[in-house]
Amino acid sequence: MRKKYLAGVAAMAAAALALSGCSGGSAPSANATGSGSAAAEAVTLEFAQWWEPELPANALRSLMDQFESENPGIKVKLISGPYASTKEQVVAGAAAGTMSDVVGLDGAWVNDFVKQGSLSNLTDLMKTANFDESQLAAQVQLDGSTWMIPVANFVYPMFVNEDLMKKAGVSATPKNRTEFTAAAAALAKTGNNTAGWVLPLDTGTPNGIQNDVMSWVWASGGSMLKDGKPNLVGNADVKSAMEFIKGMYDAGSIAKGSFTMKEQDKVNEFTNGRVGMMIDSLAHVNLIREQNKDLKFSVAAIPSADGYSGKGALPYASWGIGVANNSKHQAEAFKLVSFLLGKDVNAKICSAAHAFPGNNQAVPDFVNSDPIFKQAFDIYQKSNAINEFTGLPVAEQLMRDFDEQFQKYLAGKQSADDTLAAAQKAWETSFAG
Amino acid sequence: MTTTQTLAAANRSDAPGSKQSRGVRRDGIRRGLVPFGYLSPTVILLLVLMVIPIVMVLSYSVMDNVIMKKNPQFVGFKHYIDILASESFWGAASNTVFFTVVSVVAHLVLGLAFAMMLNSTLLGNRTKAIFRTIYVLPWLFTIAIIAVLWRLLLEPNGVVNYLLMSSGMAGSQIEWLSSPETALFAVTFINIWSGYPFYMTSLLAGLQGIPTELYEAAEVDGANGWQRFMRITLPQLKPIIISMALLDVIWTTQQFALIWMTTGGGPLGTTEMLSTFTYKLAFSKYQFGTASAAAAIVLVISMVLAFFYVRAQKARD
Repeated sequence: MRKKYLAGVAAMAAAALALSGCSGGSAPSANATGSGSAAAEAVTLEFAQWWEPELPANALRSLMDQFESENPGIKVKLISGPYASTKEQVVAGAAAGTMSDVVGLDGAWVNDFVKQGSLSNLTDLMKTANFDESQLAAQVQLDGSTWMIPVANFVYPMFVNEDLMKKAGVSATPKNRTEFTAAAAALAKTGNNTAGWVLPLDTGTPNGIQNDVMSWVWASGGSMLKDGKPNLVGNADVKSAMEFIKGMYDAGSIAKGSFTMKEQDKVNEFTNGRVGMMIDSLAHVNLIREQNKDLKFSVAAIPSADGYSGKGALPYASWGIGVANNSKHQAEAFKLVSFLLGKDVNAKICSAAHAFPGNNQAVPDFVNSDPIFKQAFDIYQKSNAINEFTGLPVAEQLMRDFDEQFQKYLAGKQSADDTLAAAQKAWETSFAG
Repeated sequence: MTTTQTLAAANRSDAPGSKQSRGVRRDGIRRGLVPFGYLSPTVILLLVLMVIPIVMVLSYSVMDNVIMKKNPQFVGFKHYIDILASESFWGAASNTVFFTVVSVVAHLVLGLAFAMMLNSTLLGNRTKAIFRTIYVLPWLFTIAIIAVLWRLLLEPNGVVNYLLMSSGMAGSQIEWLSSPETALFAVTFINIWSGYPFYMTSLLAGLQGIPTELYEAAEVDGANGWQRFMRITLPQLKPIIISMALLDVIWTTQQFALIWMTTGGGPLGTTEMLSTFTYKLAFSKYQFGTASAAAAIVLVISMVLAFFYVRAQKARD
């Protein structure tokens, strides 16, 4: 009797397990609380993003509470995680058709998700909701339609350690590559393993190619693309930026450990006063201040090629937003998107994140209150914000392909032309795939 | 009269199709189902966590970029042929073999040496407890902490270079994880450091189980320390060593987190392993079909190793 009872319990546990497994696998992410008419009364939107951990505690949740009070019947469930795990979660959700209703997006992911049919066409949603597009600072479009809207933009200017510059005898911030090379060499001679510049090229997270290598090309009016396709072979702008970096690498002006250095390590090197200059996100200003209160630093435009007189450029990364195609609550999801892009709310998010706004009428408060951000905002207004990787297919892989070839070039294993040819070949394969 | 009636009633109830016989049959079926009831949680778990994912990955591996395409086409063994013809795959395979063989051998040697030291009668109990605590420390850290710790220690401005340079053993900063010449050795060293305590604790338990009479008899026979080690200790530990070495080979072949967090497979692909190679195919190139084929190849290798492990376990039993 006892045996039978135990077996029954085991079987019930198994059934429960199977059911929970099944429900876990097929649970729609567009969660309507209740069904039918009840769903119309209370809709719960899932919003997956990596923003909440990067914002001050409760900043995003309090905005969601504001949204919920302004839109009775809509609740927002935040699905938050670090950037990398959010990306994997969104990729898996896109594949399984269980993406959260509203998703935080990086421009580098958009092309692949659009191809996969995972994102809703925001052009259509904006039309349906009579949303005024003119207030948007930017839109990420493919095939004439918008799929992602940047909510907050993080530009990447050049950070300069003023004390080290003074110690190295560099009186003026470099404005062109010759001045930059000379300043980097002088900084590297100050001793104590100090370097002039820092270049993270880790292939696991290859965004150094976008922020620290291609930024030199864009700052001088160059491009790595032609008609939206890879244009590396015979590209004098890219080649000259590569040669410029290799010159500093060979001269020992760049901090050691580049080949497996990550963005975090780059910021650490600068924060610890071991590097005179770096190109980095404005989002790290507060982190640097918190970790080294005594560090005197400023921001400047990225130096351009000698003789270039056109408008400069700053690379940028965005916290973008999109709506999942599998969401059963498209209208409600877009309400949340338009809420986050509204003038006041957008200014609040960008103030908290120290980012530049996605709404062109929003003015975050730090722009006027903080001298570094004011300096950066002035540079931003005089420059073009460029990121050619945004919207490209398998953008991270393109960076990695270039990174692998660029490392070979820096290590002296191949010429600049061979590097460009090999990277072009890899890029073309990715574009074709 | 009464007796006859009772017997008749009993006969009636035994007849096929009668209530009682149906009850007996139902009891039989129920009894037959009992073992399945006990097994069902395990069977369901195996199905959900093992069989279904494996079957899905195998089916993905013969489809044309499944997941990214809504209607993937069957392409047969194309992905397998592509993978096996890829230089990067063989580079990753060769790195994995080096990483695994060196790690497993070093784990065994270090684990055995420390276990013997902790089992020695030459040390007092308190000393042994202190060393046991120190030696087991690497095992207490998660891989993420180990990766961060060693990245900090081995960075050009890190403690290791500081010690080497200040003691005159190195003239300039060594890029342990960033130089193609040293990166594979560096990650292998980190893996050895993080993995030897597993051997140490298991072998220590094995050593403590060897009857002292064997050593006493050998001593009476005039065997020296080396002979006792070769003729008694090693043969007695052999089943544990074989089982652990096979498990370690399987685990080390699949090591992903440590490599990803220290070098990401770089520099210049010198630390690319089969695990990082597969991950990049899936989550960077979004080639889930090809990634599934690479995963299936790793699965086959793991199954061969698992076969030997099970055989060793059976022989031990």
